[in-house]
Amino acid sequence: MRGATHVKWAACAMAVALAATACGGDGDGGGSDAGAVLSASWGDPQNPLEPSNTNEVQGGKVLDMIFRGLKRYDPETGEAKDMLAERIETSDSQNFTVTVKDGWTFSNGEKVTAQSFVDAWNYGASLRNNQRNAYFFAYIEGYDQVHPEEGEQTADTLSGLKVTGDLTFTVKLTQKFSTFPDTLGYNAFAPLPRAFFDDHDAWVKKPVGNGPYLVDSYTRGSQMSLRRWDDYPGPDKAQNGGVDLKVYTDNNTAYTDLMAGNLDLVDDVPAAQLKNVKNDLGDRYLNTPAGIIQTLAFPFYDDAWNKPGSEKVRKGLSMAIDRGQITDTIFQKTRTPATDWTSPVLGEDGGYRAGLCGEACEYKPDEARKLIEEGGGLPGGRVTITFNADTGSHREWVNAVCNSINNALDDERACTANPVGTFADFRNEITDRKMTGPFRAGWQMDYPLIQNFLQPLYYTDASSNDGKWSNREFDDLVDRANQEADTAKAVGLFQQAEEVVRDNMAAIPLWYQNGSAGWSERLSDVKLNPFSVPVYEQIKVS
Amino acid sequence: MPDHQHEPERAIAGTGMGGTMDLGVDEAETLEKRPGVPDGRGPQEPPRSLWSDAWRDLRRNPVFIVSALVILFLLFISLWPSAIASGSPLKCDLSKAQQGSRSGHPFGFDGQGCDVYTRTVYGARTSVAVGVLATLGVAVLGSVLGALAGFFGGVWDSVLSRITDVFFAIPVVLGGLVLLSVITSNTVWPVIGFIVLLGWPQISRIARGSVITAKQNDYVQAARALGASTSRLMLRHIAPNAVAPVIVVATIALGTYIALEATLSYLGVGLKPPSVSWGIDISAASPYIRNAPHALLWPSGALAVTVLAFIMLGDAVRDALDPKLR
Amino acid sequence: MGRYVVRRLLQMIPVFIGATLLIFLMVNVMGDPIAGLCGERRCDPATAARLEREFGLDKPVWQQYLTYMGNVFTGDFGTAFNGQEVTELMSTAFPVTIRLTLIAILFEIVIGVTLGVVTGLRRGRPVDTGVLLLTLVVISVPTFVTGLLLQLLLGVKWGWIRPSVSSEAPFDELILPGLVLASVSLAYVTRLTRTSIAENRRSDYVRTAIAKGLPRHRVVVRHLLRNSLIPVVTFIGADIGFLMGGAIVTERIFNIHGVGYQLYQGILRQNTQTVVGFVTVLVLVFLVANLVVDLLYAVLDPRIRYA
Repeated sequence: MRGATHVKWAACAMAVALAATACGGDGDGGGSDAGAVLSASWGDPQNPLEPSNTNEVQGGKVLDMIFRGLKRYDPETGEAKDMLAERIETSDSQNFTVTVKDGWTFSNGEKVTAQSFVDAWNYGASLRNNQRNAYFFAYIEGYDQVHPEEGEQTADTLSGLKVTGDLTFTVKLTQKFSTFPDTLGYNAFAPLPRAFFDDHDAWVKKPVGNGPYLVDSYTRGSQMSLRRWDDYPGPDKAQNGGVDLKVYTDNNTAYTDLMAGNLDLVDDVPAAQLKNVKNDLGDRYLNTPAGIIQTLAFPFYDDAWNKPGSEKVRKGLSMAIDRGQITDTIFQKTRTPATDWTSPVLGEDGGYRAGLCGEACEYKPDEARKLIEEGGGLPGGRVTITFNADTGSHREWVNAVCNSINNALDDERACTANPVGTFADFRNEITDRKMTGPFRAGWQMDYPLIQNFLQPLYYTDASSNDGKWSNREFDDLVDRANQEADTAKAVGLFQQAEEVVRDNMAAIPLWYQNGSAGWSERLSDVKLNPFSVPVYEQIKVS
Repeated sequence: MPDHQHEPERAIAGTGMGGTMDLGVDEAETLEKRPGVPDGRGPQEPPRSLWSDAWRDLRRNPVFIVSALVILFLLFISLWPSAIASGSPLKCDLSKAQQGSRSGHPFGFDGQGCDVYTRTVYGARTSVAVGVLATLGVAVLGSVLGALAGFFGGVWDSVLSRITDVFFAIPVVLGGLVLLSVITSNTVWPVIGFIVLLGWPQISRIARGSVITAKQNDYVQAARALGASTSRLMLRHIAPNAVAPVIVVATIALGTYIALEATLSYLGVGLKPPSVSWGIDISAASPYIRNAPHALLWPSGALAVTVLAFIMLGDAVRDALDPKLR
Repeated sequence: MGRYVVRRLLQMIPVFIGATLLIFLMVNVMGDPIAGLCGERRCDPATAARLEREFGLDKPVWQQYLTYMGNVFTGDFGTAFNGQEVTELMSTAFPVTIRLTLIAILFEIVIGVTLGVVTGLRRGRPVDTGVLLLTLVVISVPTFVTGLLLQLLLGVKWGWIRPSVSSEAPFDELILPGLVLASVSLAYVTRLTRTSIAENRRSDYVRTAIAKGLPRHRVVVRHLLRNSLIPVVTFIGADIGFLMGGAIVTERIFNIHGVGYQLYQGILRQNTQTVVGFVTVLVLVFLVANLVVDLLYAVLDPRIRYA
């Protein structure tokens, strides 16, 4: 039976590829079948699928299907909208009162209460539980006791969290943070059922949440089957019967499988195949902006890159990169040359400002050469760009960036790509401060706020400030922006901070990354959210 | 091709990565053989005549001549690539990416807009360097350890043989991934060093086997009875007779090492830019197989021809050196 | 015979310890896995330190090794970084790879030996030269090129097979990956068999058999083939270990979730427990396969017996 379907889909895919004609379904002419299950590509999540322990996209995909938090980012606009939150009130931007909507349950029947949130957050913050996302709770009062920088923790629960009723709780922050409610759509803030705490091992084997899907079966490292939860109380019920997530090691294979009809949805079309997408898939392909920006960071702990004048060298390098040509040729326009340090998905009101970078982000080889000379030349006359070679299509663009720099500087050995075999080792070199030149730094937003594009990356000693850049002026502006209750004013202050980043060229912005997805004939209504994750529950299967 | 009738024999089996093929000899002391069991090696002749006979054979063997010519040509372009390619392999223009061949650029351009012809010519140097140097390292280390084990026997043999087993038991590709993933140097040395580290047991077993066989020959026993020193025995009497199988296996292994370099590059742990190698180009071009097959075809073709040349050379040399087949 | 086996088993102990120690050291050279574990964002120092303690990475290497081996002997291969027991990973990965290896070996035996016999009996004829050249070409093209090409042609262009293998990995889906995995060894088996057949064809016992007037196929199968298979069996025996551990490339191309895949993931994430655990089992397979091969000699060649 299974075999037969393969053959049929293979034949369809071939017919499409060869003659570009449509290939009908089983004769029902594309009417959707609410019970049908689709298959989608997936990557093996690195950590157990706990909400506060998942900090990469693949695990995030699942959490997005099986959990709903207080807020949810609108799949189209990215705006943080109330989901489980009835209301979140504050008078001083520091003390918040949260009221949870009534009527929500977990898929095992447990009620979602204020306690579900408080327990989950306490679990996530506690040092004992080794949660990778613990720092998301760092603004909440009492974090330094639950998660001290060293030594044993002196408290098990955050003193800033208080359950005040069945469905209400209060949050006290250590400082003013006006946009705090908007961060609550992030997975780390999801509620957890008692089952999670009572039998943790069983929960991790088969997670239970409160989202539109249930985990039906989970074979680690190979496949997860999710099915629609028919009693899901939320407004965004799944439009399909379920999703089978299949693990692929190589996104090229996933794409090949899509073409052969073995897979319905690929959400990361490999760079090498972008040129064929139109031919292979026709209009069954989507390419939308996502909250991802690629940059080149610099090792500011290395004096060669942190001396007077080296900002000119950095600016010169930036101007030696022909972003337009690289995004056109290597990425087939699935990236857009960056002109600031945020992302277009924020929108003008959210803080995105096209052209903030000015001519420093334009390709001007002559001026690039001049600037680098004025700045004292490249350290040692050479620059290496370090990246990890095991994931993504990094090799292609790093080579292209280097070739562009070499051509601009008219020295074919000026820039060398330096691949590091594994991501783990790449991270090691970064944390051990071993970088000697610019290195790949990608940023995928956690929540669509300009704060998230600046503070974690450029604030002194921030969690993702890999280059160890430090600037008083920038830090002050960010502090002031966080305390500002008026959103527009806060955004204005963040943009001022961003200008400081620009004037120092703390990192070279390369391009905004789009999310891309390709799908089979069976699917319709495929969308990607601003995090470049497919909106699975809206997909219709025929 | 008359000389193809000469049979490749078990030495070829020694080229499987990580396999142990040298049958029987390894556990020779535990095998109680009845007379007449073929031990895989014929009666020994005086070294001079063996080598000169072999050379006479080879000169008339078209397989040898063709492969030797190919190898000479490869050596030539490895040393002077600019003689036949005028451009620079590092000069790339993205606007020409994936374009096909045209005048002045017979092989077209790769995904980065680099000239495939120039890169293929320059790639020969790295690939040949990896092959030749790794083989030299493997051959020297392997034969020394193998000969020590075979000559002294006893505890020496047991210990060395077990060490050989240990290295044999590690899958090669796996070892490469682990060891090379942390190397940051962009020279060819880490790759060569790795191949030597995991490749020597193969030669070592063969060397040990042939030393044991040679040791038992009458003239060696006679020399020993006449009071020849250990080093003299080793160098004058045993080594010349034991070296032939090593040469044969090494030549064939050379080809497989070149292919191994490409596989390592495919897995992302091989050579690094600005090195220019076929492995790098093949792995870079393999995702683009549908749009720019030429960028994959030429370096793969060059690699295949090179490996082929070395394997055929090894085959021919073995045929010539095996007196039984004469 | 019994004494011989015991002796061989005893010899395995130092080899086993050496090989596991070697791989343990190699994986340790790869460095600190904690940074990769935390993703693009570094863990705060407190969490990193706790993780390090939890995985025993704060102890000296020799102590880590001893603890690890101690656990292995009680059947505890440790926990992967994603919280999964390594034994659980093995129980899903090994069946897949064993199936793949079986298919590969089947190809080696059926195609390799058949081609070897045919060419060995027809030396110098066009069929011999043709097959010989073909084997040379197969040996000289890297596996990943062969694999990608076949996948594109058979899986996508012509649509004959699935280009990748589903997570259940049934036998029929593993045919092409098995062939790709076997290709190089297949070429070696062909050449080995050919040599061996050609050599033995001239031997006295074959001549005797022919002189006795036995039918040709009986001479070939009962006398010639049986004796010629010894080197082939040796090769295939050693190849089992190589195929299982060397499937990294093939499993990656065809998205097979077997041993090679787990090893590759383990290496990328610098997951000592997974890598060492899998290699430990592979080393055992390798050693046992070698022993079985040596015992098979005695079956194939009655002139050999073990003291």
